[in-house]
Amino acid sequence: MRKFSAFAIAREALRGHKGWGVQWASPEPRSEYDVIIIGAGGHGLATAYYLAKEHGITNVAVLEKGWLGGGNTGRNTTIIRSNYLYDESAGIYDHALKLWDGLSQDLNYNVMYSARGVMMLAHNVHDVQVLQRHIHANRLNGVDNEWLTPEQAKDYCPPLNISGQTRYPVIGATLQRRGGTARHDAVAWGYARAASDRGVHIIQNCEVTGTRRAPQGHIIGVDTSKGFIGAKKVGVVAAGHTSVLMEMADVRMPLESYPLQAMVSEPVKPVFPCVVMSNTVHAYISQSDKGELVIGAGTDQYTSYSQAGGLHIINHTVDAICEMFPMFRRMKMLRSWGGIVDVTPDRSPILAKTPVQGLYVNCGWGTGGFKATPGSGHVFAHTIARDEPHRINAPFTLERFRTGRLIDEAAAAAVAH
Amino acid sequence: MLLIRCPYCEEDRPELEFRHAGEAHLVRPSNMDAMSDAEFERFLFIRQNPKGVVFERWRHVHGCARFFNAARDTITDKFVTTYKAGEPKPTLEGAEE
Amino acid sequence: MSAPYRIAGKGRLTPARAVRFTFDGKHYAGLEGDTLASALLANGVHLVGRSFKYHRPRGFLSAGAEEPNALVGVHRDAARKTPNVRATVQELYDGLEAVSQNRWPSLALDVGAINDLASPLFSAGFYYKTFMWPKAAWKRFYEPNIRAAAGLGVAPDQADPDHYAARYAHCDVLIVGGGVAGLTAALAAAETGARIMLVDEQAEPAGALRYESGTRIDGQDGWDWAQAAVQTLRGMDNVHLLTRTTAFGYYTQNMVALSERVTEHLAEPQQDLPRERLWQVRAKRVILATGAIERHMVFANNDRPGIMLASAGRSYLNHHGVAVGRRVGIYTANDSAYHAAVDLKQAGVDVPAIVDLRDNPQGPGVDAARALGIPIHAGRAVVGVAGRQRVTAMNVQAKGGGAVNPIPVDALLTSAGWTPSVHLFSQSRGKVAYDDAGKRFLPGVGAQDCVSIGACNGTDDLDDLLSEAIKAGREAAKAAGIATGRAGPKLKATSSESWSGGMIGAGPGADADSKGKAFVDFQNDVTAKDIRQAVREGMQSIEHVKRFTTNGMATDQGKTSNLHGLAIAAEMLGKAVPAVGLTTFRAPYTPVTFGALANYSRGDQFDPTRRTAIHPWAEAKGAVFEDVGQWKRARYFPRAGEDMFAAVNRECRTVREAAGLFDASTLGKIEVVGPDAASFMELLYTNPWQKLEPGRCRYGIMLREDGFIYDDGVVGRLAPDRSHVTTTTGGAARVLNHMEDYLQTEFPHLKVYLTSVSEQWAVIAVQGPKSREIIAPLVEGIDLSDAAMPHMSVREGKICGVPTRLFRMSFTGERGFEVNVPADYGQAVWEALWAEAEKHGACAYGTEAMHVLRAEKGYIIVGQDTDGTATASDVGLDWAVGKKKADFVGKRGMARPDLVAAGRKQLVGLRSPDGKTVLEEGAHLVADPNQKVPMTMIGHVTSSYWSENCGHPIALAMVVDGHNRMGEKLFVPMPNGTIEVEVTGTVFFDETGERLHG
Repeated sequence: MRKFSAFAIAREALRGHKGWGVQWASPEPRSEYDVIIIGAGGHGLATAYYLAKEHGITNVAVLEKGWLGGGNTGRNTTIIRSNYLYDESAGIYDHALKLWDGLSQDLNYNVMYSARGVMMLAHNVHDVQVLQRHIHANRLNGVDNEWLTPEQAKDYCPPLNISGQTRYPVIGATLQRRGGTARHDAVAWGYARAASDRGVHIIQNCEVTGTRRAPQGHIIGVDTSKGFIGAKKVGVVAAGHTSVLMEMADVRMPLESYPLQAMVSEPVKPVFPCVVMSNTVHAYISQSDKGELVIGAGTDQYTSYSQAGGLHIINHTVDAICEMFPMFRRMKMLRSWGGIVDVTPDRSPILAKTPVQGLYVNCGWGTGGFKATPGSGHVFAHTIARDEPHRINAPFTLERFRTGRLIDEAAAAAVAH
Repeated sequence: MLLIRCPYCEEDRPELEFRHAGEAHLVRPSNMDAMSDAEFERFLFIRQNPKGVVFERWRHVHGCARFFNAARDTITDKFVTTYKAGEPKPTLEGAEE
Repeated sequence: MSAPYRIAGKGRLTPARAVRFTFDGKHYAGLEGDTLASALLANGVHLVGRSFKYHRPRGFLSAGAEEPNALVGVHRDAARKTPNVRATVQELYDGLEAVSQNRWPSLALDVGAINDLASPLFSAGFYYKTFMWPKAAWKRFYEPNIRAAAGLGVAPDQADPDHYAARYAHCDVLIVGGGVAGLTAALAAAETGARIMLVDEQAEPAGALRYESGTRIDGQDGWDWAQAAVQTLRGMDNVHLLTRTTAFGYYTQNMVALSERVTEHLAEPQQDLPRERLWQVRAKRVILATGAIERHMVFANNDRPGIMLASAGRSYLNHHGVAVGRRVGIYTANDSAYHAAVDLKQAGVDVPAIVDLRDNPQGPGVDAARALGIPIHAGRAVVGVAGRQRVTAMNVQAKGGGAVNPIPVDALLTSAGWTPSVHLFSQSRGKVAYDDAGKRFLPGVGAQDCVSIGACNGTDDLDDLLSEAIKAGREAAKAAGIATGRAGPKLKATSSESWSGGMIGAGPGADADSKGKAFVDFQNDVTAKDIRQAVREGMQSIEHVKRFTTNGMATDQGKTSNLHGLAIAAEMLGKAVPAVGLTTFRAPYTPVTFGALANYSRGDQFDPTRRTAIHPWAEAKGAVFEDVGQWKRARYFPRAGEDMFAAVNRECRTVREAAGLFDASTLGKIEVVGPDAASFMELLYTNPWQKLEPGRCRYGIMLREDGFIYDDGVVGRLAPDRSHVTTTTGGAARVLNHMEDYLQTEFPHLKVYLTSVSEQWAVIAVQGPKSREIIAPLVEGIDLSDAAMPHMSVREGKICGVPTRLFRMSFTGERGFEVNVPADYGQAVWEALWAEAEKHGACAYGTEAMHVLRAEKGYIIVGQDTDGTATASDVGLDWAVGKKKADFVGKRGMARPDLVAAGRKQLVGLRSPDGKTVLEEGAHLVADPNQKVPMTMIGHVTSSYWSENCGHPIALAMVVDGHNRMGEKLFVPMPNGTIEVEVTGTVFFDETGERLHG
């Protein structure tokens, strides 16, 4: 692999950048692999990378029906944080956060992880109780998260409206300083390049149409638009499309797929120094390196694979942004788009073995999968390589929906009274 | 924003009047105590989530307040039909059973 | 001050109507009807902006919404500063103040332009390859500098004082675009009587007729015909014509979103006018007549100010009467640019040469140019230009190479052909199809009830276009259910204009070996070379190319650049253009103001505010309110000099010593009525209900099917077939929905009616030893004695002469009543009760005292002490579960293995041995305080208060295996030290519960 550096750029500049090789190879598939990963999003590519890097398994193919990084990896608002309440969630997201810090150097690809801080706003007494509970749990879990007064919140994020005049005034906030954003495409490309360099085959425009199992039941490969490809192990990492793929292997999933929209504004000079989230008024915002305000909307209420949602969802999101940041009313929405998010009953992921020997699944990240990318790939590779979960993903089983041992972060923030 | 035909009101109304209520034709068993944990899991959590026609429930919550069923294509979001609760699942071409 | 480039007698503006404006502080004059762009051009100003990455000087490319370069800030006042306004769209008004962007210290001398010199380093995607060492420098140095360099305009720094509006509309036929196709379709559809909406982004619809000089319709000049058609349409009751309105989004089931600019063109907008208005239109049929956008030629330094699209040059000339230069060159690969040459020449502008890539151009435009003696350089290319802040010459070379011949010009118009605007069609999820001969994507298979006509459909010939438009208009009306009757309008038209031909991709001199920067995407500084490099690095899909180079991702969203980028990538890949794929078009077509999207939803209208009937009284008494969902609830009633702590302590003490009045109106109330009401309650709640006698109450727990607690509340059985159910404040709506769901779909055989009565009843809790004395004088027809009305009973009667449902119940542990009265009488009854209360030394208390009082008694609050993962057993409410019942919602769920497993978190009380430390709510508990982080946490504090009545702090907590830990010492590690606590029962006050009756 050609090492990326300022020096390499300078040298290439002298010859019109004609010397760069491809970042990843585009081989024809072999007849059989040790491991096939279905889905070349961030999680799938990271899995392949760590299979090669940590477990020495390089006879790996990542099959992608479209183009790599074209699903939710390239469609999300790139928020990274780990200040989750439950030990299980904090465990996996903080594992990811530790990998984010240093990922550019590990991959030799600048993924632009930017620890700008993630602030979560409290608008009522209930929010304060819930967020304080997070802070206390985080502290004992070794996850940084601190409480800010409205004035401190405004110091950290000057556009924030902390006047008491809004419908839901800001009465406090939490701040995770290690939280932030990263460049989504670079994550997919960086993992693809590093995996490809270690011998992983990334096969784009290759749609899986079926799975094959031996009479004894274990997986032996997949049928694809490029023909049958054998595999000893298959990992499904297909986000919104997981239900359909798992159904092919007769595994029915506790998943539903919903449209999730996001949008960016026109680019402006730096004005927004961090990430701000408000679950109460439904606003998620940061500013990209390019200067666009990146804004996440909520899901539509119905299931869909259309990668499109309703305008009223966007409107509602912009309402909230303009309430929190009234000076942005004259800004303009430049582009909006939709993704398909797969949601489990407890809104936590499934990273696990399945009832089918040799078949593994990594799904259910809902609206928050991007931040977990390195950690998810890392422990999923472990699960596939060892045929047993890593300590960190052990709780994220399929069985928990049978036993009731759910990991329900959203329920923990339940509004009632 | 979807436009939804309420089979009770017999009118096309905007989605804002409705609330989605999950997969349709899931019958709550009368003998729940006899169900195994796996059977109960299937009833409670396992969903078809089809890419294509989904049978789903809606409630005309800001209208007549009735729950009803719909067949909708999840790729195009187009409704195939809506029908009253309790009516049999219509047979449609291309729909999963 | 006369504008030097305004040509007397040209254009449609009135010379007498002068308008003054400033650009970067310098004063200029324009005319009413000018855009900011035309007015600057009239003054000879071309340099108006700097590009995103290289800070190259930029001028105007276009005369419309596709403009990538001429973005400016427009400032009305300190709070009304709008960044990134396209000067080509902004209508001029008197006093307009515009500033250039992305430059420092000035537009002409921009330090950032050093990037242009260093540009060989800044190739596509360079930032992915560097800035990684040393690691810490990314955050401290590289990223802040990248960010400072990026961005275009400056965001406003004050709240926007303007307001915005929104409308919903329905119509039979929505026509997008008021050019010749849209106007014709509108005339045809409108005469059927169908309800028509026609939208156009310009102030005066005309489309290309704005600049076409060679089109005559019905014996009129094209522009005049268009204005007459507009007059006709405006006069029809069934036509709604919206100008200055952009259809920006095409959503499912024919919902099209429009943004109407209401005041942006006015010097002094009236205060009551919204700045913009969002329309959400549901149309039975949509006709897309969105036209086509001209592409530029891709050659070295094609971004120099003065180099523009040919149609833009014509638009400024024919409409605004402005010449874009004195000596204007033309570079083209199609016929339409010849008309620009002809128009300019006829207006007296020198046109030194038309450079045409084609070897043997022919057609009416070519003939006309030749007839005027304009030199035509066929088979030649412009391979570069001279000039930096303004083009000074074009360098012409034969296609095959050879000598480069500079021709002095002060402006250069280029045309590579026309790109049909299929944006909205694509947004509707229609599939576009590639027209190989025309080198363009056209609407293919549609997905919604819409049709594309005219230039956006690739219909180049005017006669074909007119018949297509008439047909579309009539068929749309017919499809919408309108009888179409007669044959429809007939229009006679002639046109010498040309819309066909051209090229896509890089021109000669912009090939792989060339040195100069040949721009594909101007704003984002994407060159042909960048696109080739992306392909070399393995980007094979156009989505990858786009994201790697940022081609088409600027504020113009690639309107002029997408097709060029695609063609260059396809050429590099050796694939056909459609095999590389077109990126998906997404809303919005042009950027839409946030304010318009949010429209009315701001301040109080952001979300409804719910206030109880007693709210005005509480407000008058100086209550401090808190938001609970949409409700405003009185949190405490401070007296002079009291802070919250003091007020709450007093309120808590007073309730237990005398009594207190509490506004409990926000509780959800549902009336469950019908012969099967009790059977229904049996199924929806864990408790047994059949044997509850009329006149009695019971505390009920509602589960979800998964077995976790969903809600709770006291239920009064008023009659065998009637129960008054209360819910939590936040749970009111979802509990009713939950009940309706089961009633309508699972238990439809039960004869039960559910009615929300939350808003109908005001609820006044009167709690405390003096509670009976307080209500007694006001109650009629109810025996309040303990014998006649024991704890947990309900009676109907009158209070203060109005009907009441009087509950004897308690959420404080004291003797207590909850007085339900019709909401309209809520305040009057409260005031009457208050008068009585004062006689007994009682107080009004708020939610905070309510919380403390109930915690003293160990009563849970669903959503605070439970969190959606707690079972009835976890919180010590086993007794409320009817174990003998055959079925209830959640019964099977709560029998799942993990819900009955040992080691669950259970509700306990906590005492601080020091008797004074109030724990923080949310603090976590550990068994071993000396372990290292991450610690094993075994629980958390759910409620914690100072209890004035107990004289010590109290807390409730969910603790692993808590019910078996009574008396155990646990620890709460805090940042400044560990607090020791003791596990206790949950009742801190009056453990025997005798005060309920005392």
